[in-house]
Amino acid sequence: MIHEFDPYFNYRTTLFLTEKGFYEFWNWFDSESWYPLGRIIGGTLYPGLMVTAALIYWALRFLRFFVHIREVCVLTAPFFASNTTLVAYFFGKEIWDTGAGLVAAVLIAICPGYISRSVAGSYDNEAVAIFALLLTFYLFVKAVNTGSLAWALGSAFGYFYMVSAWGGYVFIINLVPLYVLVLLITGRYSMRLYIAYNCMYILGMLLAMQIRFVGFQHVQSGEHMGAMGVFLLMQVFYFLDWVKYQLNDTKLFQTFLRITVTSAILVGGIALGVGTASGYISPWTGRFYSLLDPTYAKDHIPIIASVSEHQPTAWSSFMFDYHILLFLFPAGLYFCFKRLSDATIFIVMYGLTSLYFAGVMVRLILVATPAVCLISAIAVSATVKNLTSLLRTKQKVSQTGSTKGAGSSKASSKVTLDQSQPFQKNGASALLVGVFYLLSRYAIHCTWVTSEAYSSPSIVLAARGAHGNRILFDDYREAYYWLRQNTPTDAKIMSWWDYGYQITAMGNRTVIVDNNTWNNTHIATVGRAMSSNEDEAYEIMRSLDVNYVLVVFGGVTGYSSDDINKFLWMVRIGGGVFPVIKEPDYLVNGEFRVDKGASPKMLNCLMYKLCYYRFGELTTEYGKPPGYDRARGGEIGNKDIKLEHLEEAYTTSNWIVRIYRVKPPTNRL
Amino acid sequence: MAARIGIFAVVVAVFLSIPAFSSAQDLQIVNAERRIDLSSHIVKAFLTLKVENIGKNPAAEMLLAFSPTQIKNLAMVQALAITGKKKKKTYLPLDVKPTEQPDAPNDTGYYRVTFISPLGPGETVSLEVLYILTHSLEPFPVEITQSESQLVYYHDSAVILSPYHVKQQTTFVKTPSTRVESFTSIEPANRAGKEIKYGPYENRASYSYAPVIIHFENNSPFAVVEELVREIEISHWGSLQITEHYRLTHGGARHKDVFSRVDYQSKRSVSGASSFNALLAVLPPRVNSVYYRDDIGNISTSHLRTGFRKSELEFEPRYPLFGGWRATFIIGYRVPLEDYLFEASDGRRYLNFTFGCPLVETIVNKLTIKVVLPEGSKDPSAVLPFTVNQELQVKYSYLDIVGRTVVVLQKDNVVPTHNVPFQVYYTFKPIYMLAEPFMLVSAFFFVFVASLAYVHIDLNIARK
Repeated sequence: MIHEFDPYFNYRTTLFLTEKGFYEFWNWFDSESWYPLGRIIGGTLYPGLMVTAALIYWALRFLRFFVHIREVCVLTAPFFASNTTLVAYFFGKEIWDTGAGLVAAVLIAICPGYISRSVAGSYDNEAVAIFALLLTFYLFVKAVNTGSLAWALGSAFGYFYMVSAWGGYVFIINLVPLYVLVLLITGRYSMRLYIAYNCMYILGMLLAMQIRFVGFQHVQSGEHMGAMGVFLLMQVFYFLDWVKYQLNDTKLFQTFLRITVTSAILVGGIALGVGTASGYISPWTGRFYSLLDPTYAKDHIPIIASVSEHQPTAWSSFMFDYHILLFLFPAGLYFCFKRLSDATIFIVMYGLTSLYFAGVMVRLILVATPAVCLISAIAVSATVKNLTSLLRTKQKVSQTGSTKGAGSSKASSKVTLDQSQPFQKNGASALLVGVFYLLSRYAIHCTWVTSEAYSSPSIVLAARGAHGNRILFDDYREAYYWLRQNTPTDAKIMSWWDYGYQITAMGNRTVIVDNNTWNNTHIATVGRAMSSNEDEAYEIMRSLDVNYVLVVFGGVTGYSSDDINKFLWMVRIGGGVFPVIKEPDYLVNGEFRVDKGASPKMLNCLMYKLCYYRFGELTTEYGKPPGYDRARGGEIGNKDIKLEHLEEAYTTSNWIVRIYRVKPPTNRL
Repeated sequence: MAARIGIFAVVVAVFLSIPAFSSAQDLQIVNAERRIDLSSHIVKAFLTLKVENIGKNPAAEMLLAFSPTQIKNLAMVQALAITGKKKKKTYLPLDVKPTEQPDAPNDTGYYRVTFISPLGPGETVSLEVLYILTHSLEPFPVEITQSESQLVYYHDSAVILSPYHVKQQTTFVKTPSTRVESFTSIEPANRAGKEIKYGPYENRASYSYAPVIIHFENNSPFAVVEELVREIEISHWGSLQITEHYRLTHGGARHKDVFSRVDYQSKRSVSGASSFNALLAVLPPRVNSVYYRDDIGNISTSHLRTGFRKSELEFEPRYPLFGGWRATFIIGYRVPLEDYLFEASDGRRYLNFTFGCPLVETIVNKLTIKVVLPEGSKDPSAVLPFTVNQELQVKYSYLDIVGRTVVVLQKDNVVPTHNVPFQVYYTFKPIYMLAEPFMLVSAFFFVFVASLAYVHIDLNIARK
């Protein structure tokens, strides 16, 4: 089964791709979403995931394995996760040694931060993107280490795959130049770096332009300008090197250097200024800003801030997703700095930047996970190696009397130093036991997290009954299937955008807005309709041709992420475009409430009415008055709700999803 | 209403049989009793006939006549001959075939019943006939709200339509509840409790017809499977995989206006009386790996009870079905092969499986049974006790090269009485069972050999 929201859209597009073929997919204009605007699917998505799944599907069909595309989609994420562990091994081997690689592979294989997006059914872009990300980085580091064109080419293709799969490719195109810049500044410039970066950047850029959704952003958008700047800087560096070689005169070269650098900076600055001013180079997008400045989204773009995945990360969730890696990470950094090389600089930078982003946005924990795993693996591997070599040489000391064992010179020199210390062997074995204890705790924690938090799809809610038995609330699918079977095929359904993808994929009906939040005004219109009173909302719904309205209501079951709790976001987003909607109107003394003390505007808005229609007649909890809202713990304020323009079409068995039919206008006399 | 009933009561259509029906003149029905059961949406009629040969020649067969609307909805006709006296009654099934008569009045349809032995002049025989009608209860009003209960019309004739003279006859109609809005009265007719009695009528000429309408309450689940595709896949490795695709609908009065969950939850007895949300499927014993799902995933509301003689799967669609609402779902299960696959005396193999739909009390408008034979099977043939459309298809499954032969059996208007065994014969050489494992083994073998070769061959041009 497919989880969450976005995967349903991905599944739907993959199905379309396998049924209609690639060209149809590329030219697909989807009229089922964003009614009445529609959406050009081919040009507004990252096709990497769908194409990958379709290729796997076709390959299996060719090999006479008659699987269903859904099975392929469900298992794509675990398949790529297993590939990621392989890449992690090679990456660890590249930056440290095989031991670190092995530990890295083990850590990433069970790390909850990654499992959250790679369980079966999590058919999302991230599933393949993390693999592509790590592969690109690995190949790039390999290219820098070897200076080989072939690895750089491989890295460019890895980058291409990443671009085709996920918007997170921006991270690569900024991290790699940053890394190159750091190497330049620290005087680690080399021919290997020059080859690796130029090949990767040029080819990667050209390949990335083939993706329609990305297009010419590599030369036009502000987010990609850093990479281009570093690319030019590399050329300047190389040119200067060449001039220096030709001139053979330090003084003349100094003068030349000054002139070139000034003119280069000047030309670059002017070009950037002109480009930005003329609008050729687009400024940074809101999401990018909100990454650099966590408070930006809250003030300027409520729609980004309203997504729970975009919230700043809490400490607990770091602990939840990383567990001991959180402590091993600084230790690993220490080891990296101790043995600084091109590769370790890269992993340090990757780790630090991604950890910062993970702190800004919850979902970016995913990007940081491979880096954290790798650096922690270095810590574990180096510690264990030191300790075991200590143990081994000690034995050799006692047996042969020689201080020069088979271990590395570093370890053996340490041994000679530490020889005077007592309990050395015991201490080392105690520490080893400690390390393994920690690792086993980590494994236990990961298993627990995976089974508790990430294994059950959020579309089916589970609860414990009074007798300890498990109760399943399958209301979402009940409602979507009802829509699919019992409404006209051209029905338009208005709901808050969170449910858009699921309604189109499972309900197979046209929606007004969905999870691809590209048109803020349209979403704001829906937000406005939900927060207006019924008559005004009816006008808006008529203008959007809405046939059904779907709301999610948790008052009966105590399900807290329902539309009433999301309602303030609707007001904010609606109010951001339509100033008639004012947030304070829905609050009482800055407090959001639904009981008798709620503001009159709140009690009469469409969302309130639809959620609580006839709820006042229902006793939800023993010993509480009828109309007791279990999600918010209060008796509702408006029990006598009359609907004039809408009628109840369906309510699921636990009231979680309520669907209303919009009545046709009454005849005017 | 009363006026209409009056009109119907007056209109008694009498058709005179024409001498071309030589046998029709020779037989007469001495006594007929008909019991029509209207308690569910499948109309069952039991007919007890006492037939006498009054002609001079022995009669080998007799005809059963049905009105044009009935013949369209007729799902099944069965006839039994009763021999022996009261306590030692034995029932012998008779051959019943649909037949055409060249000069059938008003598109009357016929079934031909062949006696066990020709009926000599002056002899009598007792027959029991069961016929089953589908889609014969017409909801009126056509649309009801959640709080109303469902009322339906049933059209029939008070006297039995027959090409023969009927000396004496009675018809009993059983309704599901005591609530009968109206019924056409043709004297003598009376109603007591759940039963309406028409007759006895004496000496009705052949093709007598007396239309009656009964308007009554029927809240039984009108579960109609619009289309059912059952796929039975035979694996000689030991199991039979059955996948059933249902397209279910509520065939009763259409739901109109609101659906209120409050009313549905709290006033269950009066709210949505004609709706249903639980279904029961009778599956074979020793069934395993049962699943119940639909296009968007597993449905968790089902219970399976396995038993020695049958297994019962109790399940609920995702939502209760009101009139006109639809639900599609898939049920799949696996049964051990040895219970259903046998070897015939001539060396052929045959599958012995149950026809029809496992759901109880449902009508299937269109049933397709696909028997997927193992790859390499030859000469398939199906044996059924009634006529169905047959064709052959080819299906590709895992690791298939030539594809599997699929015997497709298709029948319209299927009722639970059609759940009888049928057989599919085919020839199969067991050696084909090894084809797919062999392919896999050889594929892996070649991969390893290739990698072995790759490791050992040096493709460098330059000497090292």
